[in-house]
Amino acid sequence: MLEIRGLRHEYGGRTVLDVPAWEVAAGEASLVLGPSGSGKSTLLGVISGLLTPTAGEVRVAGENVPALPAARRDAYRARHVGIVLQTLHLIAVVSVRENLRLAQRLAGHAVDDARIDAVLDGLGIAALAARRARELSLGEAQRVAIARAVVNRPALLLADEPTSALDDANCGKAIALLQEQARACGAALVVATHDHRIRARFTRELAL
Amino acid sequence: MSLARLAWSYLAARPLLTLLHVLLLALGMATLVFLLLFTSQAQQRLERDAKGIDLVVGAKGSPLQLILSSIYHADIPTGNIPLEEAQALAKNRLVATAVPLSLGDAFRGHRIVGTDEQFFKLYGATLARGTMFAGEMEAVLGSETARRTGLDVGATFAGAHGLALASASEHADHPYKVTGVLAPTGTAVDRLVLTSLESVWEVHGGHGAPAGGREITALLLRYASPIAALQLPRLVNSTTSMQAASPAYESARLMNLVGAGVDTLRVFALVLMAGAALSVFIALTTALEERRHDLALLRVLGARPSALVALVAAEGMTLVVAGAILGLILGHGAAQAFGSLLAGPDRWPVTGWAWESGEAWLLLGATLLGAVTCLLPAYLAYRRDPAALLLRR
Repeated sequence: MLEIRGLRHEYGGRTVLDVPAWEVAAGEASLVLGPSGSGKSTLLGVISGLLTPTAGEVRVAGENVPALPAARRDAYRARHVGIVLQTLHLIAVVSVRENLRLAQRLAGHAVDDARIDAVLDGLGIAALAARRARELSLGEAQRVAIARAVVNRPALLLADEPTSALDDANCGKAIALLQEQARACGAALVVATHDHRIRARFTRELAL
Repeated sequence: MSLARLAWSYLAARPLLTLLHVLLLALGMATLVFLLLFTSQAQQRLERDAKGIDLVVGAKGSPLQLILSSIYHADIPTGNIPLEEAQALAKNRLVATAVPLSLGDAFRGHRIVGTDEQFFKLYGATLARGTMFAGEMEAVLGSETARRTGLDVGATFAGAHGLALASASEHADHPYKVTGVLAPTGTAVDRLVLTSLESVWEVHGGHGAPAGGREITALLLRYASPIAALQLPRLVNSTTSMQAASPAYESARLMNLVGAGVDTLRVFALVLMAGAALSVFIALTTALEERRHDLALLRVLGARPSALVALVAAEGMTLVVAGAILGLILGHGAAQAFGSLLAGPDRWPVTGWAWESGEAWLLLGATLLGAVTCLLPAYLAYRRDPAALLLRR
C-alpha cells in the first residue's frame, strides 16, 4: 500500500527527513516514532502530498505521489488519504455533520448521509451530528476528527500525535478507535508520535 | 456541504458584522440610486416640459424666472406684456407658432392658465372626458389637478388671486365651470387649470378693454427657421419692451445650480461606499487571519487553491451584492417616499417606480468594487501553505 524509497527532505538548508526505505501493507498499522522535530510531521506531509520532498519516491497504491501534478495530488489526498491532525481542527462555525459532508464534497463525492451516520455510530457519537463543532469536548472532537478522516474510506489513514493531549485511559481508547476504523475500511494506518505509552499497541514501527 | 454554504456559514456566524457591512454598502448605494433617480427624472421633466418651445417672450426681468414661471409653472411671472406687441411678434416671419399664456390666478395651488388651442397641440394634450372650453368662464383641468381637487366635468370653482396655495382674495364673483378633464401628459400641464385668454381678462378687468390695452404674460415661440435662433432673441431684447429667454439655456443653467448640490451628495455617497468597501476589506483580511487554519484544513481535505479563492470571493461578494441590492431597494423606496411626502401642485413629482439605465452601471460598479475588495484576501487564501496545519508554521 505505502512504499517509500530514498526519501529525503531539506528545509532551510538542512536535512529534516531521511527515510531510505519503508513499507506499510494494506490493513497494517505502523508507528512513526521520534522526538519533536525529528521529521514525523514532515513525513506525514510528504505521504499525503502536502509537501514535495527534495528527493525520493512515495508510492501509494502504485502511484508516485511527489511526481503527481499539484491538482492530481490534491485529488489523491482527498480520495485516498484520511488525516487526523494533532490540533484535530474542525470547522467551528458549522455542525459535525456539515464537517463530514465537507470532506465528502471536497473528495468529489456526493453527500452521503447514510455513510456519515454509520461512521458516527461506529465511533459512538451519532448523537453529536447536529452539534456545532465549537461546542464539543476534546474527546468528542477527537472522535469527530477520526470520523472525518475515514468518511471517504481512505486507503491510508494518517494520525499526527493523536494521544499527546490525552490521559492514559483515553490514550489507549484513541489508538483502539484508530485501529478499529482503519481495519473497518481496510486502510493502512500510520501514527506519528513521540508518545511511548502506545508503543506496545503496534507491531511495526519506524524510528526517526 | 458546498463551499458556497460554508461561506454563508461564516457570514451567519457573525450576524452583526455582516449586517453592518451590508447596511454600510446599502446606504452608499441607496444615496447614489436616489440621486440618479432624482436628477434624471428632473432632467426628463425639464426636457419634456420645454419640448417644442424654442423661445419664451415675456416681461423684462430674470430670464430664469421667465422660463420657470411660463414653462415649469414653478415661479411667479416677471410681469405682463402688451397683447398688441405680442401679436405683432407672433406675425413675424421667423416665428412658426406662438402660444399665448396669461397667468395670475390659481385654484388650490393649481395655476389657472389662459391660453388658446395651440397650447394643447404643443403639449400633445387630449381630453380624457368632457369638452374643450368654448365660452367665457369655462375651464379644462389637467389630470393631476382633477385628481387632487376632486373636481370633475360640470363642477364649478373660484380662482384665487396670486399663485400661492393659501391666497386670501378669491374671485368668488367669477366662478369657473369645468367642461373637460385632460388625459395625463407627464408634463406640467397635468397640474394646471386651462381656460381661454378672455376668461382671465374677464376675471381681472371685467368687460371692455382697459385703458392700457389687453395684456398677456408670455408667448411660447417656435422658430420658423434656424436663422430665427440668431435673430429673434436679439430682435426682441433690443427693439421691444419684452425680453426673450431660451428654455434650453436657462434649464441647463438651472441644472447646473442644482447640480452643485447633487455633486456634493454624490461625493458623500462615494465616500460612504469606499468606506464600506474598506470595512469589508479589513473584515475579510482579519477573518482570513483568524481562519488561516480553516483554509489549511480545506487544503488538507483536498480543496484546490482556486477553491479557497472562490470561498473568500463568495463571502466578500455576497456582502457586496446583498448591499447593492438592498441599496437599490432603499434608493427606490426613498425616491418614492420623497416623491409622495413632498408632492404638491407646484412640485416636481419624483417616483420610485422608474428604472434608469444608469442603475445597471451602479450595480456593475458595486460588483467591481467588491471584486477589488476581495482581490487581496483571495490572493492571501491562494498562497496559504497547505502543510501549515501539520507543521504548525
